[in-house]
Amino acid sequence: MSAFTKGSIGVGDGVEALHAPDGFLSFPMAAVMWLITLLVLAYAVRQTNRTLDDRAIPLMGVMAAFIFAAQMFNFQVIGGTSGHLLGGVLAAVLLGPWAGTLVMACVIAVQGLVFQDGGLVVMGANIFNMGIIGTLGGYACYRALCRLFGGEQRARIPAAGIAAWAAVVVASLAAAVELALSGTTDLSLALLAMGGVHGVIGIGEALITMAALGFIQATRPDLFALRDARTRLGSTAPAAAAA
Amino acid sequence: MEHLRRSWWLVGLGVAVLVVVVLAPLASADPDGLEAVAASLGFLERGQEQPYSIIPDYAVPGIDDPSASTIVAGLVGVGLVFLLMVGLGWLLARRRRA
Repeated sequence: MSAFTKGSIGVGDGVEALHAPDGFLSFPMAAVMWLITLLVLAYAVRQTNRTLDDRAIPLMGVMAAFIFAAQMFNFQVIGGTSGHLLGGVLAAVLLGPWAGTLVMACVIAVQGLVFQDGGLVVMGANIFNMGIIGTLGGYACYRALCRLFGGEQRARIPAAGIAAWAAVVVASLAAAVELALSGTTDLSLALLAMGGVHGVIGIGEALITMAALGFIQATRPDLFALRDARTRLGSTAPAAAAA
Repeated sequence: MEHLRRSWWLVGLGVAVLVVVVLAPLASADPDGLEAVAASLGFLERGQEQPYSIIPDYAVPGIDDPSASTIVAGLVGVGLVFLLMVGLGWLLARRRRA
């Protein structure tokens, strides 16, 4: 039973359905979001096909597995509310933004199709908000912060933490705009409420992202090189041919 | 040690399994961000149920113990997304080589 229709909020055992169910967005809004999401995913498949290093394939599987598992763990935040990891910045820092987007889409699709977590009509919007905005936007933020703080080697973990926080807040604001455009609720109220609670949840996102990257830094720092391995190969090849 | 380094993905998968077994049963049952906002702004009732259900609310139907049910559901999900992602990666890599 979905928590959304049973009125059993907060009293269920175990893990409840968490993503937006069908009905939260109008049909036209949901359809537009599906279209945008499919276009971005098609581009992500193309980019991943071009740039993915073969050695990164198991890492894609591990990231999907970890993000799925971590999303089941709702941590307590203020005022009887909980939050869980999204994981887009974590995936993008390790795999690059496009492969990271595919990992997020896979997790959200399985949650919706197999675990009835998130509606099927609004799945395009759920993938866009949690898997695309958070991953691509969060990664752009991460790269900008790394430049600002003197390079990825030095700034990786703090930059990822800040980007992870920002990704959660921006994703929640995107959802607020879609809810308002659907006529579900008032725009300013939705922006305020979604931004406010996710500003706190984002702290959890930042902590988990930094802990996971810290664990990799301590145990297998060479994994950080996988993201750019093939891209680098591709970009040096023409120069080598010219020389 | 060398063996551990080569099979690092097993370690990663192990971490995911550990999160499911140890942390998922302890998850807060309080409404998450969106759900809390939906309740306070009064649009929670708009939520519709899905037309079918396989493992709803991360609990396997038929397993009465809530922790065991959550853990089995989590392990199914972890295995499923791992295989799907590795499969997709393998397909993309094969297409590139072809």
